[in-house]
Formats: sequence, C-alpha cells, structure tokens
Amino acid sequence: MNWKRSFLTTAAVGGPLIALLAYGMTRDPRDIPSPLPGREAPTFARAAFVTGDHSALRVPVGDTVRLHDLRGRVVVVNFWASWCLACRGEHSALSETARAYADKGVRFFGMLYNDSEANGRDWIAEMGGQPYPALSDPGARAAIAYGLYGVPESFVIGADGRVAYKFIGAVNEPQLHQLIDSLLAVPTTTPGTRDTRSIPVERSGAPVPP
Amino acid sequence: MTSRRDNKRMRSTQRLVMALVVVACVIPAPPAQQPGGAPVAQSVVIPAPGVDSVLDARVKGVASHLRCPVCQGESIQDSPAELAAQMKTLVREQLVAGRSEQQVLDYFVEKYGQWILLAPKAEGFNLLVYWLPVVFLCLGAGIIWIAVKRWTRPASEIPAMAVDAVGPKPPANTPLNDAGAV
Repeated sequence: MNWKRSFLTTAAVGGPLIALLAYGMTRDPRDIPSPLPGREAPTFARAAFVTGDHSALRVPVGDTVRLHDLRGRVVVVNFWASWCLACRGEHSALSETARAYADKGVRFFGMLYNDSEANGRDWIAEMGGQPYPALSDPGARAAIAYGLYGVPESFVIGADGRVAYKFIGAVNEPQLHQLIDSLLAVPTTTPGTRDTRSIPVERSGAPVPP
Repeated sequence: MTSRRDNKRMRSTQRLVMALVVVACVIPAPPAQQPGGAPVAQSVVIPAPGVDSVLDARVKGVASHLRCPVCQGESIQDSPAELAAQMKTLVREQLVAGRSEQQVLDYFVEKYGQWILLAPKAEGFNLLVYWLPVVFLCLGAGIIWIAVKRWTRPASEIPAMAVDAVGPKPPANTPLNDAGAV
C-alpha cells in the first residue's frame, strides 16, 4: 500500500510541474506578443533619404514624412537594414504590394534601423530599386516607439491611425494583401466622426474579418 | 496730483508684472514631443554619463530593470548592443525631462509589453513565478522532515511484528529462553 501512496504523492506534485513545462515547450520563445496592435500608432516625423520609384509614393529626399499627416490612409511601415538577410527575402513582396495598392491610397515606408544611409542606398540599388521611400531613424527612436526587437518587422496602420497588425520577420504577401483589403473595406470618414475602434483586430494574429 | 496718479499707475504696473512673473514660474511648460513619441525636455542639456552621479545612478537603476530586446536575458545596463545604448540614452533623456523612474518603465512597457521588464509584475499568472518556489521549498522541507522522523524513530515505537520481521537476529550463543539458562 505504501508504494501506492508514494506514487500518488509524486503524481500530485510532479504532474502539474510537468504539465507547466510541457506547455512551455509548445510556445515559441521568440514570439513575443506586442501590445501595439489595436492601439494608436506611435507618431513619427522622419526624413526620406531614398525617394521611391513609384510616382504616387515618391517623397523628395530630405522631406519629412509625418505619420499624423497620413491619417485617413492605410500605411505600412517596414523596419529594415542592409545587414538583415530576411529583409532581402521580403523586399520583392513589399515592392509588389506597394505598387499594387499605390493607386488605392495605401502608403509604404521603409524605416532604416541601425544602419548608415549610404549602406541603405547601396542595398536598395542592389535590390533593383523600390517603389516606396526609405526613411532614416537616427537614435532608433521610432524603432523603440514601435517596440522593435529585430528586423525585419512591419506594422500595418489603419485609416483610423491604429496599428492593425504587426509582422514579425518577413511579411507574408497573401496575408498582407488580405489585411490591406480588409482595412480598405472599412468606410473612411473624417477622423473623429465615427468610432475608430470598430476595426476588429487580433493582438498577434490575422485580422478578424469585418 | 499728477505725480500721485503716476505713482499709482506705476504701482499697478509693477503688480501686474510681478503677477505675470509668478504665474510664469508656477505653470510648468508642457514637455515637447519627440518624433518617436517620447517626450523630452525642450532646450534642456542632457548631462553625459559621468557628469551627474545622481542622474547616472537613476539611469542605472531603471536600465537594470529593462530587458535588452536584442540580447539573451540581459538588461540594457549590462548589454553592449547598440539598441541597448540607444534605449539607455532615451531613459536618461526622459529622467532629465522630469519623468519618474516608474513613468520611464511604464513608457517601455507600453511599447514592448511586460516582457521588457526583467522582473515581471507580481500580479495574475505572474504570481506563480513568485509563489511556486516558496511552495516547492515548503513541500520539500516537509518531505525531508517526515523522512528524517521515520529514519530516526526509536525501536520502541516500531511495532513488534515489524521488529520480528526485520530486526537483527540474536547471536548463536545467546540463550533463547529461561530453560536454556545455566
């Protein structure tokens, strides 16, 4: 009878501990939930150092891009660097999507993260150019404001100025298209005239269809 | 008559100027907003590390609580990473701008979530982290106490049957009963 009691005691103590450790094994330690989706996008004012090839997306070099001025448009901010390998992989997806949605008012910006503008310019030339402008981020202030912990990371901001989604790692093109379509489907009105909290989003998953 | 009126006018002007000076001193200027969203003091000189020891200690205190986002379990105080240094600069600027240590920590939690804190807040599910070690310590101590008590139990307390079964056998020349006694 004694072994039975020992077994039950061990199971009662060890069982929950093993269950807790097993739950931990199912989670990706690199998948850190961001508090930003669903919240107001941190505002930034950053100078362009690469103008962008597409006529609708072009910003003259040296001009300051202010996120606040883009209220009412869907905006995609992609943090990248020339030393980032995954950024090469997503560049064509971002460029294609930027071209496809340029005439629908969607604006794309590449925000350089901890890299020199010269390296950034060379990299864009090496990649065959890009349709959207590249902005510099001295001191990584915008990166910190967006809770960045690596590149590439991309933020999709709705017309209401709220972060709708955060891509960790390279963007997923079909998901990006689906997301932009769902944000464009939301009727845009003058800011402040409707409840801007109406866009349903998940914290770290795909947007909930409207 | 004229001089008395002039004096009165001068006194009222002086009062008005003094009142404006007092109001200007009492009302604090709103902090300027950085493009990145972090408020910093306008035209305030940020002392470099090593100049203001009190500020350095405050920066170190806050930086020791913040996890370096691009490192493995290191604080931004200990990390040599570029992003950690940039975050420390931001901590310094915010403290100089008049924010408290808690407000600076809250700013980073707002951007990165609770993950950015090296020591999670003792609330909700996080309580497990704080209480499980105590629970297991008590449990372990209890198990050891019971085991030691059993091992050191005097022979008189052990049931007779158990003694018969496991007790040491008497030596061969020991008389087993009175009949065998000389």
